[in-house]
Amino acid sequence: MLVNQFLFLAALLFCIGVYGVVARKNAVLVLMSIELILNAVNLNFVAFALHNGNADGHTFALYIIAIAAAEVGVGLGLVLLIFRNRRTISLDDLSEMKG
Amino acid sequence: MVAQNIGFAIIAIIMVIGALRVVTTSNVVHAALWLVVVLAGVAAQYILLAAEFVAITQVLVYIGAVMVLFLFGTMLTRSRIGVNSGLNNSYAKLGIPVAVVLFATMALALSESFGTEKMPTDGSLVSTQQISDQIFGPYLLPFWALSFVLLAAVIGAIVLARKD
Repeated sequence: MLVNQFLFLAALLFCIGVYGVVARKNAVLVLMSIELILNAVNLNFVAFALHNGNADGHTFALYIIAIAAAEVGVGLGLVLLIFRNRRTISLDDLSEMKG
Repeated sequence: MVAQNIGFAIIAIIMVIGALRVVTTSNVVHAALWLVVVLAGVAAQYILLAAEFVAITQVLVYIGAVMVLFLFGTMLTRSRIGVNSGLNNSYAKLGIPVAVVLFATMALALSESFGTEKMPTDGSLVSTQQISDQIFGPYLLPFWALSFVLLAAVIGAIVLARKD
């Protein structure tokens, strides 16, 4: 197995996630694209852990999984609050802070 | 070695198709279900990389907990179950060049720096005991910070979502 095959797969997942964040309007789908990005980063960490032969990458992958779970919880709480107040979760409609 | 590469290729193709469907499908529930495919593929890649503890955690936390959160979020925001054409921005096409240029840059950097370097095969595998020694040894401080972040997230989510 090459090191690069995992890194290329992670880069591809990352770019698909970035496309999702840019292109999507629905807030839940933007959160899903952020999950894709975080998984790409995790894949890199674990690949480098095997490459270097130590457990640091595994430890940080576990920390990132926990942070991602917290982020999704708070993010969906915010989306729920926005929906309750505005009856929409379209990110294009939340433009009050536009300069 | 060959079997590992064939397994990698099959899982990678399934993951890329799933990820593309997540960002292009016009149905929020289908996007969540395609995300399950991608997350399961990532777990399979972890097993291929000899990281079985991270793989199990991925299945438990992502496929178990995060997906339930997403499905509940979809349900509670009533974003019209079924075909929904209003999911993309008006400038969604702009995302394609952004993603392509980003991937080209990363691919160039990766092939410059790693080329055809191989994964080590001499059996220096990481055990779960080593991971726990890391977490409760040198990385104890981030672990504490993480537990406070989780506590704050739990309280914050309850406060945000509460009806008052």
